[in-house]
Amino acid sequence: MSRIEERFAALKREGRAGLVTYFTCGDPDAESFARILEGLPEAGADVIEVGIPFSDPMADGPAIQAASLRALRAGMNLKTVLAITKTFRTKDDTTPIVLMGYYNPIYSYGVDRFLVDAKAAGVDGLIVVDLPPEHDDELCLPAQKVGIDFIRLATPTTDDKRLPKVLSNTTGFLYYVAVAGVTGTKSAAAGAIDTAVTRLKKHTKLPVAVGFGIRTPEQAAAVARVADAAVVGSALVERVALSLDKDDKAKPDLVSAVLDDVHALSRGVKGARA
Amino acid sequence: MSSPNTYRSGPNERGLFGLFGGRFVAETLMPLILQVEEAYDAAKRDPSFAKDMAYYFEHYVGRPSPLYFAQRTTEEFGGAKVYLKREDLNHTGAHKINNTIGQILLARRMGKRRIIAETGAGQHGVATATVCALFNIPCVVYMGATDIERQKPNVFRMRLLGAEVRSVHSGTATLKDAMNDALRDWVANVEDTYYLIGTVAGPHPYPAMVRDFQNVIGDETKKQMQKAEGRLPDTLVAAIGGGSNAMGLFHPFLDDPSVKMIGVEAAGHGISTGKHAASLNGGLPGVLHGNRTYLLQTPDGQIIDAHSISAGLDYPGIGPEHAWLFDSKRVDYVAITDDEALEAFHLLTRLEGIIPALESAHALAHVKKIAPHLPKDHLIVANLSGRGDKDINTVAALQGIQL
Repeated sequence: MSRIEERFAALKREGRAGLVTYFTCGDPDAESFARILEGLPEAGADVIEVGIPFSDPMADGPAIQAASLRALRAGMNLKTVLAITKTFRTKDDTTPIVLMGYYNPIYSYGVDRFLVDAKAAGVDGLIVVDLPPEHDDELCLPAQKVGIDFIRLATPTTDDKRLPKVLSNTTGFLYYVAVAGVTGTKSAAAGAIDTAVTRLKKHTKLPVAVGFGIRTPEQAAAVARVADAAVVGSALVERVALSLDKDDKAKPDLVSAVLDDVHALSRGVKGARA
Repeated sequence: MSSPNTYRSGPNERGLFGLFGGRFVAETLMPLILQVEEAYDAAKRDPSFAKDMAYYFEHYVGRPSPLYFAQRTTEEFGGAKVYLKREDLNHTGAHKINNTIGQILLARRMGKRRIIAETGAGQHGVATATVCALFNIPCVVYMGATDIERQKPNVFRMRLLGAEVRSVHSGTATLKDAMNDALRDWVANVEDTYYLIGTVAGPHPYPAMVRDFQNVIGDETKKQMQKAEGRLPDTLVAAIGGGSNAMGLFHPFLDDPSVKMIGVEAAGHGISTGKHAASLNGGLPGVLHGNRTYLLQTPDGQIIDAHSISAGLDYPGIGPEHAWLFDSKRVDYVAITDDEALEAFHLLTRLEGIIPALESAHALAHVKKIAPHLPKDHLIVANLSGRGDKDINTVAALQGIQL
């Protein structure tokens, strides 16, 4: 059983949904990020998404764009992303880590070399925004061959005709993008999410995580009532941005402030079905 | 690499020209991209679509554009005969309108009620705003804040035409960021919006579709040269940013082995300085904006800003079909610096009474390099892709003159 399967099986046993958190790796600097990462499991993150910063994040809103640029300015690259993940794995061997980003940094690193290094670093899954099923031979199939899950996004524009194609090589879990748009902008109505999850569940046995537009513990709880996990990204990345000085350097309280927010979200998710 | 039977059959059903092209977009956009492809395939089979195109090309754009024998330029260089394909004489002053006419007709067939576009120098933005005025469709143009500052006349033209110009401050605030923001808009407005891409790049089917609309340049040139000289030209030269004017001139000649083709990239301050826009001569294959192609990027795969005196060439990528023609060696790709382009700009203005766009001046600068060494019966066609009126502020500023 993979770490992702084990985690969702455990959540099922506990009768609750999970919390998936997203932070951009190296935002605002490698050391602060590593401390956030280390604190996430205890703060209540059930699955951890680690963003690979990219200069041109087409599917992201202003918050994650800014986080990417901060991380790049601080010198982050894919090699260091993997090194930080590897260090985390020496302390935590159960919390799944999913790398999320765009294809070019991985393509530039070299797909084969990347998969070897990612596996060695303890990476469990990949979300690569600009690799639709039409390009499964690029990274999706090679990743699954070495035992790394390829998690696909389904969106409000994914109709019943297209859904089987999206699901065909998806492993680990399915990520439902609740709104047509970029990250961190509008929120979907709870009713719409309920309908969408029910529809997806008819087509797949995979756990369904829902993201985009989830900002508060209350919103996370609402999603946790109907989905297998709630994903929070932009709101947490904005919390990082709030704890920066005028030169974009971390203020002393950054890590604890961010982890407090994760705690609150986790309490929302855990209490959702109580 | 062995040479194929034809260079004109691409892309394949996955949108690939060899390694390049494809559909590297977020899932939200996939159904739309497939919809555009389906609609374009249907339009190609419908004779009324071609008839509509022909009507607007003749009566609105002013086609065919002349193939002009540049006698004084030919005498000055003292070698090959130089012809200019006068795309600068099209309505709005550049080749860009060929594509926007085609795509607006497609968008209408698809029942789309809102158009978005990206622009760098503003030429594509103006050509898009123009056809949106003509067909009364709301138009939003994304333009980098940096470009808005250096291309004020075109910003004003777009606004006169009724377009909303949205200033892009993300990233480095240039053309690539304008394209990012246009894609972000499209993801959020999938129901009613059509994205009118300005060059032979982006996800499939855009590179092939824009090429098809621009092929009128090469098709006309072939006929016109036949009439003027009774044969095919020997060398074609065109400037390349994204590569649409070059692709339009080259593509109809790709299977004529006697015709040599040269694409001219912008070398900016020189390729060795790192301040350039030569994606083929100074970049590496990568994936951006929906396609795999040559890109200016760091060893970590982060996109680097392009630099050129010509805002229209200032893009860190290039159309995927050019990337394939580069690797297959059917087309030669060279680079011309800002200074060389500027010199050619002045030369053509004085010799022929034609002020060329700084983009087109790159092609002319390369003609200046090769023409003197070629025999007098060698026929060169340079694509004069646009007129230079939009560049007079840039040129004046370099001479210390405030207009």
